Order: sequence, then structure tokens, then C-alpha cells
Amino acid sequence: MTLRDVKTILDADLVFGQDLLNHTVNTACGSDMMSDVLAFVKDQAVLITGLVNQQVIRTAEMMDMVCVVFVRGKQPDQAIVDLARDRNIAVMTTTHRMFTACGLLYQGGLKGGTHIQ
Amino acid sequence: MTGLHYHYQVPGDDFTRAGEASGAVKGLLKRLGLDPEVIRKLSIALYEGEINMVIHGGGGEIDVDIGPAGITAVLADHGPGIPDVDKAMEAGWSTAPDYVRNLGFGAGMGLPNMKKYADGLSVDSRVGEGTVVTIVVHTAPQGL
Repeated sequence: MTLRDVKTILDADLVFGQDLLNHTVNTACGSDMMSDVLAFVKDQAVLITGLVNQQVIRTAEMMDMVCVVFVRGKQPDQAIVDLARDRNIAVMTTTHRMFTACGLLYQGGLKGGTHIQ
Repeated sequence: MTGLHYHYQVPGDDFTRAGEASGAVKGLLKRLGLDPEVIRKLSIALYEGEINMVIHGGGGEIDVDIGPAGITAVLADHGPGIPDVDKAMEAGWSTAPDYVRNLGFGAGMGLPNMKKYADGLSVDSRVGEGTVVTIVVHTAPQGL
């Protein structure tokens, strides 16, 4: 699916990344712990999280992710948005909770990607 | 190809800036056209190390050398040091305070994750003096 599909499925607001909406993504992960994202995630393109700080964007950057979705209606501040813009990472917000957001995207075709032992 | 050297200061009093050096290095490696997997491995290991420097070491300095055979990053802080390095290398073992976990880190995966992504990792820590972590990622096949 494309990031435009992600936005539609989650009924999300796009904070940054209009030019990225046609980007195709196949995998995603959901976590509030960036430690776990760095340790256990591989080849995922979308990060779904309820954590709101600049390290979320930096973690996505290090993992070569293309989109961050903030759940539970969490709103990133301007510094977070500016960092995402600088790194060209799309940012969305949705009022769905983590479990629901992950479930909807999985139902829509996104997978969890490579399983890491 | 001669080696390239880059130096970064890591402030220890502002968690929001943790990762600035790693982001700068990643951008640099991309511009140099290195293999994406090499960039990914170095970036993740370096970012974990930089986060550790800010959480535990009160900031410090990062020196990155890029040569024909690989990349070496040396992270040096003047924090309290690690009393038991072997213990710190165990997945899940952490001394990070609760506020750090609320920021998304401190799960005790930092050093184990650095070991996983780096081709070489050494930790030289002295209690009361500080810690020097060296990360090596190869960019070329190693000798037979």
C-alpha cells in the first residue's frame, strides 16, 4: 500500500509528507520503546507509536523508515515536525489507539516484516 | 583513498539533542555513497552509543574515521564509568532511571544492540573516570 492508503485507513491527519504519499510501504512496527525498535525491528517502513519526542524521528531515521504515525491523538511539537521535514520522514497523527491502528493496517495488508530472534 | 576524520561534541544536558551527531554521520556516509547496509549498521550502533553517552556519561566526544577498509567510531565520555561491563552487555540489564524509560530508552538493549550491528565493539570503562566505546564497521571484505 502507499502512505496515502495508510492515511486513509487510519483516518489520519498528515502533519508532514505530502510529497511522500505515493511512497509504497509493505511493513510496519508498533512500539513506544525506541530501544526495542532499534533492537528488534528490521526492514519496517512505518513506525506506529504513542511516544512523542524527537528521538522517535531520529530512531526512524536510523532504521531507514519513511513514516511515523502518532497514535491516541498525540500531537508532535514543531521541533519534531521540523526534524522530520529535514530528514524527509512523513508524519501522521491518528486518534486510534495503538492496537487498533496496528490491526487496521495489518488488515489492510501491511505485515510485520522480518522476525528477529 | 586517504582516511577522513570527523569530530563531534555530544552535549550531556539535553536529551532532545541526543542523536544529532549520529544523524550528521549518517548524512555524511550517504553523501560519500557508502553501501546502505554499512551505513545502517554504523548508524544504529553509533546512535545507541550516543544515547548511552547522554543518559549515563553526561555527554562526551565522538571521533569518526572513515578509511578504505571500514569506519571506526570512538565515543568517549567522562561519566561515572561502568562497574561491570560484562553485566552491561547482557540484554535487558539497565541502570537507566525511570525518566529515561519514559523517553523510550533504558531497556538494557543499548550495548547488546551495538554488538549486534557492529563488526567490532570494545568497551573500556574505568569507574570514576569514564568510558570509551569503539565501534568498527567494515566497508570492504576482510582478508582470507
